[in-house]
Amino acid sequence: MNATYRELTLAGLWNNNPGLVQLLGLCPLMAVTTNVVNGLGLGLATLLALVSSNFAISLVRDYIRAEIRIPAFVLIIAGNVTLIEMLIHAYFPELYAILGIFIPLIVTNCIVIGRSEAYASKNPPLHAGYDSLMMGIGFMLVLMVLGGLRELVGNGTLFAQAHLMFGEAARGMTISLGTDFKGILLAALPPGAFIGLGCLVALKNYIDKRMAQTAKASQPITRQPLGEAA
Amino acid sequence: MMFNKRTSPYVTGKQDVSVIMRQVLYALVPGTLVLIWYFGWGMISNLLLAIVFAELLEWGMLTLRQRPVRPFLSDYSAVVTAWLLAVAMPAFAPWWLIALAMVFAVVIAKHLYGGLGYNPFNPAMIGYAAMLVSYPVQMTIWPAPLDFSFAHIGLGQAVQQVFAGGSQSWDALTAATPLDAVKVNLGLHKTLNEIYANGQFGLLAGQAWQWVSMGWLLGGLWLLWQRIISWHIPVALLGSLALMAGIFWMINPQVYASPLFHLFSGAAMLGAFFIATDPVSASTTPLGKLYYAGGIGAFTYIIRTWGGYPDAVAFSVIMLNMAVPLIDYYTQPRVYGTKRQQG
Repeated sequence: MNATYRELTLAGLWNNNPGLVQLLGLCPLMAVTTNVVNGLGLGLATLLALVSSNFAISLVRDYIRAEIRIPAFVLIIAGNVTLIEMLIHAYFPELYAILGIFIPLIVTNCIVIGRSEAYASKNPPLHAGYDSLMMGIGFMLVLMVLGGLRELVGNGTLFAQAHLMFGEAARGMTISLGTDFKGILLAALPPGAFIGLGCLVALKNYIDKRMAQTAKASQPITRQPLGEAA
Repeated sequence: MMFNKRTSPYVTGKQDVSVIMRQVLYALVPGTLVLIWYFGWGMISNLLLAIVFAELLEWGMLTLRQRPVRPFLSDYSAVVTAWLLAVAMPAFAPWWLIALAMVFAVVIAKHLYGGLGYNPFNPAMIGYAAMLVSYPVQMTIWPAPLDFSFAHIGLGQAVQQVFAGGSQSWDALTAATPLDAVKVNLGLHKTLNEIYANGQFGLLAGQAWQWVSMGWLLGGLWLLWQRIISWHIPVALLGSLALMAGIFWMINPQVYASPLFHLFSGAAMLGAFFIATDPVSASTTPLGKLYYAGGIGAFTYIIRTWGGYPDAVAFSVIMLNMAVPLIDYYTQPRVYGTKRQQG
């Protein structure tokens, strides 16, 4: 039981991260991550959609015929996303104006349908919910890191517009690199998203490689008796 | 009995990368000298900074990638990239602008794609385009020709301008490049005759800029004569640019600049002989070269005339670089002795 959860956590956050390994949902990943707050906003919306949809799908998985499962999944996901869209529209209208079309488009986000097809439709609700939670957090973290990277390089700020999500008190959260640094505009434009994501994927692969090497080096050498060695 | 079999060619020249790159550098000299005549220390500082940064980055990337440093560092390919970028960037460009451009050119466009011979895009143009998109103001401020030559600006002033940021009084002495002047004034509904009357223009194009283009043309012809480049790319590029310009010029010579103006303005000559001919990122088949360079010329005219930027050689080259694999695929020459495939 515990092992399952540990595995799901590792897979969602690192080994099978939707943003860095599966490379799913690239469209919102590229389009929205011009700063941390936008990334966090869309990440949270996707996370909510993932968990609620996949929990629901897992609950009804035994009653849906295999032939029509995809339309049925999409229907459930679309219902949940519409709910989330209305909530954001009601409580964070400015953020809604920025994220715009990308919130309803969560319906078509491959991560959501991918997890329901690959996991939620075959596993009990608690596991499915937890799996979605970890995948969602993993995706959100990538969105935030990429957003932070592009914001820092492109604008020279961090956490700009934080008041859109955390209220007026958060205006002071904005960190600026100083007025001399105007930023490299390219990072805030679409090419910057591709270059930034490429760098993140490369960094992840590099860390994996290094960890594999150290794991190999620290493995105890097992001596076999001479006669049995192949 | 054993025959010592050797296949042709029996006589070979010493054509390796460094020899070719050196010859490209020689060919760049005339145009560069004209630029130095007009912009003095501003162009020299561009060149020195670009070459130093390029070699440093090249060395860093080679070390990181665990490649042999000495052969790659001495093949002059980074110097050519740096040189092309330096003459394309405005004179007296601040040091960080050049450094950043070289990062994009050498690190991202060249080494991340696998180093020399593997880059799908022209490194110098990637560096230039990235900077033009990111810093449109700094990249389009050209000092007025001659006002900034050796006679007017000393070394000390030049160093201060490049490393410490310019003083405000310099801005008054900058001048729009001919392409820029034409574009802006056409936008104000002036006719070309009125624009040409301001004294900045010579017989062919901009008074200073036509001579810079002449310099590139001279070096380019020498490259052709030395057979470093084939005629296809320069002829097709300049031809399609002139053709496009000619058609619209005949329709309305007061709104569309003449073909000569287009050929001798901006980076047309530099692009035709030195940039589009990059052997790595250009098309390799004879017919493909014509399509490739023709496309660059046409896009250059389209963006210059109706686009948002005054010059467009960099964007056009990058765009056609993307099309090169497709062009090469469809323009494979017929192998001697085989029938042309019916398609």
